Amino acid sequence: MKGALRSAFFIALKDMKAYYFKPPNISWGMLFPLVFILAFYLRSPIDFAHLIPGLLSLSLLFSTTSMEAIVITFERMTGALERLMLYPVSVTTILLGKISGGACFGITVTVVFLLCLIIMFPLHLKNPLLFLASVVISSFTFSTLGAFVSVSVKQVFEAQTLANLFRFPMIFLSGVFIPVNSLPSIIKPIAYIMPLTYSIDSIKVSFGYEPQIMHPLLSLLVLTVFAFIFLELSVKILKSRMS
Amino acid sequence: MVKAHSIDDAVTVKELRKSYNTFSALDGISFSIRKGEVFGLLGPNGAGKTTTIKILSGISMPASGTAKILGYDVVNNPVMVKQNIGVVPETSNLYPELTCTDNLIFAGRLYGISTEKAKTGAKELLHIFGLEEKRNVLFGRLSSGMKRRLTVAASLIHDPPVLFLDEPTTGLDVMSARALREVIQSLKDRGITILLTSHYIEEADRLCDRIAIIVKGKIITIDTPEALKKSVRTEKAVDVKISPYTPFIEKEFSKMSTAVKYEKREEMFRFFIEDLDTFMSEFSAFIKGQSLSIESINTVSPSLEDAFVEITGLRREIMIQEKGGGK
Ligand SMILES: Nc1ncnc2c1ncn2[C@@H]1O[C@H](COP(=O)(O)OP(=O)(O)OP(=O)(O)O)[C@@H](O)[C@H]1O
Ligand SMILES: [Mg+2]
Repeated sequence: MKGALRSAFFIALKDMKAYYFKPPNISWGMLFPLVFILAFYLRSPIDFAHLIPGLLSLSLLFSTTSMEAIVITFERMTGALERLMLYPVSVTTILLGKISGGACFGITVTVVFLLCLIIMFPLHLKNPLLFLASVVISSFTFSTLGAFVSVSVKQVFEAQTLANLFRFPMIFLSGVFIPVNSLPSIIKPIAYIMPLTYSIDSIKVSFGYEPQIMHPLLSLLVLTVFAFIFLELSVKILKSRMS
Repeated sequence: MVKAHSIDDAVTVKELRKSYNTFSALDGISFSIRKGEVFGLLGPNGAGKTTTIKILSGISMPASGTAKILGYDVVNNPVMVKQNIGVVPETSNLYPELTCTDNLIFAGRLYGISTEKAKTGAKELLHIFGLEEKRNVLFGRLSSGMKRRLTVAASLIHDPPVLFLDEPTTGLDVMSARALREVIQSLKDRGITILLTSHYIEEADRLCDRIAIIVKGKIITIDTPEALKKSVRTEKAVDVKISPYTPFIEKEFSKMSTAVKYEKREEMFRFFIEDLDTFMSEFSAFIKGQSLSIESINTVSPSLEDAFVEITGLRREIMIQEKGGGK
């Protein structure tokens, strides 16, 4: 167990060194969230502050998954992922390392945005601890989603397409702009099967909003369950692809 | 290092089969490798060498059959198998974005070695493989021969008792290939069990204690290089160098009283003969008649290549076909 965590840590560390925190890649990871934030600010500068918690969660989703999907599909193509299998570590450990790398990147990008936004707007972070827990757990969940997407496809562009299939509906249905409770009742169930919904809800609570769905701790629990499901699926798919 | 049972065989393979869709890549191969032995898998493209290595490394599942490394089953206990082997894959696939040193340290860490130990090990290996100057260069920036050497180095970072080398010298220049063969020899001297695959018959001849010849997923024969050579039908041959070298002399050979079978080689001729004495007296008379002289004459014993050609019934050239890289 300890050995597995150590190996996962070194895999994540290597990914961050080799890919995530290289200057061109950092900016690529920030691009999507930055575009969102700017677009919505320019549209309605007055009630922009209300959108911030949702946008932070969205930024987390995009920064975590976009680079990670590229990294995993790329390494599958070059054989680097197969090489990792030569080491005495399990497929779960390997994926856990990959997922942690993506999650750390998402957390970093989002924290940078948060700091910028705090300087520019009157934000009141009511519950920093809940905020931190939400950011960490959300990014891990999103990262497992990214891993699931990238082990399911062959090419980098397919990974992006499939990821967008998951991501874009989430933008509109997860409560970033329209509160989940005001969605038509036919669409509501869709919102409930989207991890972003729970992430936004708990992040909003940390900014002092009322929970829309459930107690934030329950939301975090749901996110964790999502993470386990995506991880388990990714392990299964990767194993079958490898043999 | 973890020790398994005190058995004499480091690797035992029984009736291993593997198919890709309907294509059978391995058709029930069996062999065992004794501890400390260098064992060669020799065969043409697509014979199933890489497939075998992948299964023995625990990264590919066999359809049926068993394989054990130091007593650990590759299917049921892949982690212990991986802990005890070093693997050099067919392609040099370390991380292009990491330096030589960082690649070795990364490999060491994933084998569970402390970072301190991995650092010392990396230094030693860079020295052994003549890559000290490149220690801070990105792997992606190395020449293909250097990449190959670093890939071999990375397989040794955890001091494995068993080593699998899939075409270790492919893509290396003559000097680097020789240097690598010397390293392999020294690993053997340290008691490491080695399984290597090769296209180079000569390389297998020089390095291996025993060779398995594999064609189309089947092992045709397993024996020592010497025994394989002995098994060749003894056709006597002599290499003759004529002075001065006259390529046109060929036309005159028919004038000799008994017909001769020959092959033209670089600046000399190889004659396939029945009896040395008869050939010698006749040939010297012929040469005198042409006012030439014999510069050198050597009898030729069958090579492993001859054995390979005879055993497999394949053409000589089939083994020289190359994917990427030169000799
Ligand atoms: N992933 C795969 N999918 C389908 N067929 C495969 C796969 N891997 C190998 N094969 C087939 O299995 C056969 C054996 O391949 P293998 O790579 O083991 O040969 P090899 O002896 O290593 O050849 P080479 O000398 O070219 O490296 C080949 O016919 C190859 O086309
Ligand atoms: Mg091969």
